[in-house]
Amino acid sequence: MAEYISKLHKLLEEDHFVVCSEMGPPIGADPEFIRDKCEDLKGYVDAVNVTDNQTAIVRMSSISASKIAMEEGLEMIIQATGRDRNRIGIQSDLLGASALGLRNVLCLTGDHQSFGKDEGSKNVFDMDSVSIISAAHDMVHEGELVSGDELRTPPKLYLGGAHNPFAEPFEMHMLKLRKKIKSGMQFIQTQAIYNLEKFDMWMEEMRSQGLHEETHIIAGILPTKSEFALKYMKNDVPGMDVPDELIDRVANADDKEQEGVDITVEIIEHVKQHEGVKGIHLMPVGWEEITPVVVEEADLYPRPEVEVDNE
Amino acid sequence: MIVGKRKDIQEIKDMLPEDMDDLLIVGCGTCVTVSLDGGEREAKSLRDLLTLYYRENGSEVDINADAIKRQCDDEFIDEIENEIEENDVVLSLACGVGVQHLAIRFPEQVILPGLNTTFYGRTSATGEWEEMCHGCGECVLDRFAGVCPVARCSKSLLNGPCGGSEDGKCEVDDDIDCGWELIYERASELDMLDRLLEYEPPKDWTTYRDGGVRSHKNPEFFGSGGE
Repeated sequence: MAEYISKLHKLLEEDHFVVCSEMGPPIGADPEFIRDKCEDLKGYVDAVNVTDNQTAIVRMSSISASKIAMEEGLEMIIQATGRDRNRIGIQSDLLGASALGLRNVLCLTGDHQSFGKDEGSKNVFDMDSVSIISAAHDMVHEGELVSGDELRTPPKLYLGGAHNPFAEPFEMHMLKLRKKIKSGMQFIQTQAIYNLEKFDMWMEEMRSQGLHEETHIIAGILPTKSEFALKYMKNDVPGMDVPDELIDRVANADDKEQEGVDITVEIIEHVKQHEGVKGIHLMPVGWEEITPVVVEEADLYPRPEVEVDNE
Repeated sequence: MIVGKRKDIQEIKDMLPEDMDDLLIVGCGTCVTVSLDGGEREAKSLRDLLTLYYRENGSEVDINADAIKRQCDDEFIDEIENEIEENDVVLSLACGVGVQHLAIRFPEQVILPGLNTTFYGRTSATGEWEEMCHGCGECVLDRFAGVCPVARCSKSLLNGPCGGSEDGKCEVDDDIDCGWELIYERASELDMLDRLLEYEPPKDWTTYRDGGVRSHKNPEFFGSGGE
């Protein structure tokens, strides 16, 4: 491939095992909040997602926060959901993100607003994750908007999406995943993996259909040291699958931090063996400072250095 | 049918003008009679409740109750024209359509809503109603095994379930069935799963409220003036 859209694109195409991480922007307008978080991540991760008002709580926009972090030297992945914007807003934001030099986007449906503090707000959902991917693909690769209008300068964006390997019925969710891949999803970040057996089954399915060759799979990992967080995810977060043995391990550990790191590293080593897993996506909610520790202990440090033409 | 739910009695009391001498409560005999919140029976029981309230508070308000077949149709309104004009205030137990139709017919009269219009639904069990349709103006049921993704998925998703679907339930509430699981199950039974794999582009919403206020004419009555 002659031209890479982003560093993440190049790393994945050149078969490096990538490390992504995630950043929740502030409920406020302080750019320093973002810059401080960047300090922990520099040199340890290849790309960082910035969530788009996750759990439907108002935060600094994903694109703005990503731009601030990019200026600190990080490769960013913006997130775009269909909850708050219609096709006009989403396409406009994708053009803007590209113009700012942001090169990766994770296209999502978005949590329902009933999760957040503005339950009384209207939702949009003019587009879903599949149609956002499709529209972004057409903008980037065909220079065309949903309306059919042509773009004089198409955006440059590397397109990703999400999938939950643990969601049931399995086949129903696979159906949507196949549509995302067909629509142009170039990389995929999964829901946090705790149940390795089920993850293995999903990978088996992906390989048997050759889907692992049509999109780059990045395995979602959520490091935690908290028994409470694990129980909460198991019981209250839709689609999360947390085995009881894991909860017991953290509950019974003397050094919960070390246990959390150990479990995380074990999961990373497990998923890394899979043919078709091209990287990990760390989501240490509320425990961001652990990212460098995990990356080092999983023997993923230092990170490869690549350059792409970002004109 | 259109499903409605009677407003809370306190809200109704607060809405009624303090200085009124008489009030007519008008039930509607079609949809909201079926959903047991806006028919003749409910109009009369609300009359009794309000009469008691005003009596206990020492005020003299003459409250009457009546019902017609449909408040959205002039034909039936004629029956109670005199009654409406004789009363200071009219509390309609029809859906929002009926309330507004009365207001158009009686521009001089205060017409108040006694009901919240909730949705277009079906009777799913005795005393239970379920939303089925959003009236989007371009029916897609043929493509989704007869289960509407617009009305029955909380996010109106057209290309498949979101990640929040779990055990057949919606992420919004465990009492809500995941519309996509219903689509998927029925499509499996009908051997239509291949259809669900087809990409659904963003829907054309001009036929919904997004196209502006809607109205249509039957060409039979309007000749070339119709579609």
